[in-house]
Amino acid sequence: MATYRLNVNGRQREVTTDPSTPLLWVLRDELKMTGTKYGCGISACGACTVHLDGVATRSCVVPVSMIDDRPIVTIEGIGADPVGRAVQNAWIDKDVVQCGYCQSGQIMSAVALLKNTSNPTDVNIEESMGGNLCRCATYVRIREAIKSAAKQVK
Amino acid sequence: MTSHSKTLSLNRRTFLRVSSVAAGGLVVSLYFDRSVRGQEGQPQPQSQPPQKVYPPDAFIRITSDGNIVIQVNRLEFGQGVHTALPMVLADELDAEWSHVVAELAPASDVYKDPLFGIQMVGGSGSIAHSFQQYRELGAKTRAMLVAAAASKWNVSPAQCRTEASVVFGPGAQKASYAELASDAARQPVPQKVQLKNPSEFRLIGKPVRRLDSKPKCNGSTKFGLDLDLPGMKVAVVAHPPVFGGKVKSFDDKEARAIDGVRDVFQIPVNVGGTGVAVVADKFWPAKQARDLLKIEWDLSGVQAADTSELLTHYRQLATTTGNVAVTRGDEKALEKIPTTNRIVADFEFPYLAHAPMEPLNTTVRFDGDRAETWAGSQFQTFDQMAIAEVLGLTPERVTFHTEMAGGGFGRRAVTDSHIQREAAVIAKRMRGTPVKLIWTREDDVQGGYYRPMHVHRVEVGVGPDGLPAAWRHVVVGQSILAGTPFASFLIKNGVDGTAVEGAADAPYVIPNFHVSVHHPTVNVPVLWWRSVGHTHTAFVMETLVDELATRAKMDPITYRRKLLKPDSHKLRRTLDLLETKTANWRLPRGRAKGIACHECFDTGVACAVDVSIENKRPKIYRATVAVDCGMAVNPLTIESQFQAGLGFGLIQLVSGGAITLKNGRVEQRNFDGYTPPYIIDAPVDVDVHIVPSTDAPTGCGEPPVPVISPAVVNALAKLTGKRYRTLPLVNI
Repeated sequence: MATYRLNVNGRQREVTTDPSTPLLWVLRDELKMTGTKYGCGISACGACTVHLDGVATRSCVVPVSMIDDRPIVTIEGIGADPVGRAVQNAWIDKDVVQCGYCQSGQIMSAVALLKNTSNPTDVNIEESMGGNLCRCATYVRIREAIKSAAKQVK
Repeated sequence: MTSHSKTLSLNRRTFLRVSSVAAGGLVVSLYFDRSVRGQEGQPQPQSQPPQKVYPPDAFIRITSDGNIVIQVNRLEFGQGVHTALPMVLADELDAEWSHVVAELAPASDVYKDPLFGIQMVGGSGSIAHSFQQYRELGAKTRAMLVAAAASKWNVSPAQCRTEASVVFGPGAQKASYAELASDAARQPVPQKVQLKNPSEFRLIGKPVRRLDSKPKCNGSTKFGLDLDLPGMKVAVVAHPPVFGGKVKSFDDKEARAIDGVRDVFQIPVNVGGTGVAVVADKFWPAKQARDLLKIEWDLSGVQAADTSELLTHYRQLATTTGNVAVTRGDEKALEKIPTTNRIVADFEFPYLAHAPMEPLNTTVRFDGDRAETWAGSQFQTFDQMAIAEVLGLTPERVTFHTEMAGGGFGRRAVTDSHIQREAAVIAKRMRGTPVKLIWTREDDVQGGYYRPMHVHRVEVGVGPDGLPAAWRHVVVGQSILAGTPFASFLIKNGVDGTAVEGAADAPYVIPNFHVSVHHPTVNVPVLWWRSVGHTHTAFVMETLVDELATRAKMDPITYRRKLLKPDSHKLRRTLDLLETKTANWRLPRGRAKGIACHECFDTGVACAVDVSIENKRPKIYRATVAVDCGMAVNPLTIESQFQAGLGFGLIQLVSGGAITLKNGRVEQRNFDGYTPPYIIDAPVDVDVHIVPSTDAPTGCGEPPVPVISPAVVNALAKLTGKRYRTLPLVNI
């Protein structure tokens, strides 16, 4: 057990846990922030995507001991960011969600994409969203919502 | 599941009961007056409704601040029923839509599917079976609110009208539903009400956005896996490596040394096996501890299934006639057709896991004489009974909360309720402590309950007109229903209807037609998987019919029209619409159009795809779908179900879409080995066109799935000249 100070959505949080605990389970079980989802535990589905130092990161494979003071942004905090809010609004406007379980991760990946590429092509979208699995397969509307959000952000 | 009736009326002994609730407001409950036996096994007098067991088992609650809270009598797991059923009720109620709040109802008799008689989601029946029920509930509640207003104003109800949760009187009187709710609760429930004429609908038929979008986009929705209760523990289970295997011995010394581990013990698991449960404060220590268990397994006496061996066996079986599902005309007709005019086609389909995004889970707290459970369940009735049985309770002593579920596709409708049984066994030992059982993704991918593996052999004799004159079809695959409560009425003459649906009842006129089936017994649990038998039968029928059209040098839509039964109205309408909507397709070189159509769950679907081959994989630029699902309740959801349902169906074609077993062990572990479609595999664009209809609404959850794979493969055949009959597609 060790104690870590984490910067989550702009707030300092302290957790005491085993150093091997993935960030995903620190968020969910220690900080009770369940918007970040467990889907596979091996970085293969993207449901656990958060922003670590601004980079879309699979939180299921990052041990808490590796984080240090790098800022963490989760789905609960992404609405405070103008791009994040635009993506969430586009998701609602385009009625993207079905079961919704993967959508936290989809939104986090989409925000990271739009922060780097303000006007993404289909290929950009396929590359950036390529590791985010949606078993409902809402991909057509995800694509549409990203393009719609890109217009809003401009 | 198959849908086998179109009846929409409520049971005649169903009636409404009304009461005021303490918080102030109107509660309308639909009760089943069961004259046979009550839940305690005692006969109940017919004049008294059964005791209300799980509060609040109501459908509508009008709160003092004007919210209209509507109970949804089945699970929401993506299909959109959490929006569509409230729309139906709110329309007849004339409720203000922005004030409507939907809740998932707990397990209770009152929420059983009016047609199936159990509380469940399946057979694409959510809207089809509850449309009339929710309309009547809305209309009766509206009538009571109007009666309350009329009595207050001393006018006739006929002089009043309603709009947006307000009753208007003949003068300038007006009163909100919230103001009237308490008085309305004292009004008698009308026996009969006039339902709206479809032209009066304000919500039904209009594109309405989902009620559950926002919380699913900001992380606030609590799925079953997100549940947190005071003092809750987490359990994971080490399952036997071969289905039905047993623990011979285990060493848990290292496991128990992990900080936060509370208990390690042996438990019974599904299909007669045993496993080892680890209970810890949180998920991570539980998982770490499980990985440190040293278990010696006893695998004697359990069959070690091997898919390559099974395939050899299935191929051999497919050359012999099985139990006859349907036979028409002359069984010998095929032999009379010259061999040059015959096609022999062998098809192979692998096991498929459902792998819903939210891993399987259930939380149970056992308090000795009661229990409480939280689960995203498609089968509340069975799951509640199973937990009760394990805990030695009667079902009504198990309070069952329906949790929002992250997908399911059939995987949360398991007749043996094995997840809930595991959770209950663990909770029994941890008495007084809520325990959340989590199946990791590995447990899920390797845990069975797959779409069964199938082999089909079809021999077709082509007549001089290019149409099939004789069709002999053998299906080989495990029975899904054998050993379940559904077996007695859905397995007939040794034929599990779910294995041949879509083939035995094919919509094509083939004069000499014979379909039979073999159901081998294999030690791999199998289950319905979104669209069930249609996943494989539609592929066989639609690729073969397409091949026949090509052979006859006919347009694939014209050929199908020629072959369709005269009464296949839904398919004819969808093919006509599809033809119109794709008439202007001009595809560049290297791309081809593929067609398929299929009717299932009373919904007709026709699909066209525009496909090329990139990196030896099909690239789907566009799909156009025409749908006849009767009256479209929420066209926005229907569009969404079809756009995404096509993508879901593509798991049949992606190279990682197969579960295989070697020496009894599942060879895939997670999404790295069992790989469903990602965005790159899905169609770039899908346009959905709904046939205008005033017929009763039919299902839209499963019907999108079957058409896509044959449509894509039919396009590939145009590009390469090859026919693809072994799935998944490995080499193009």
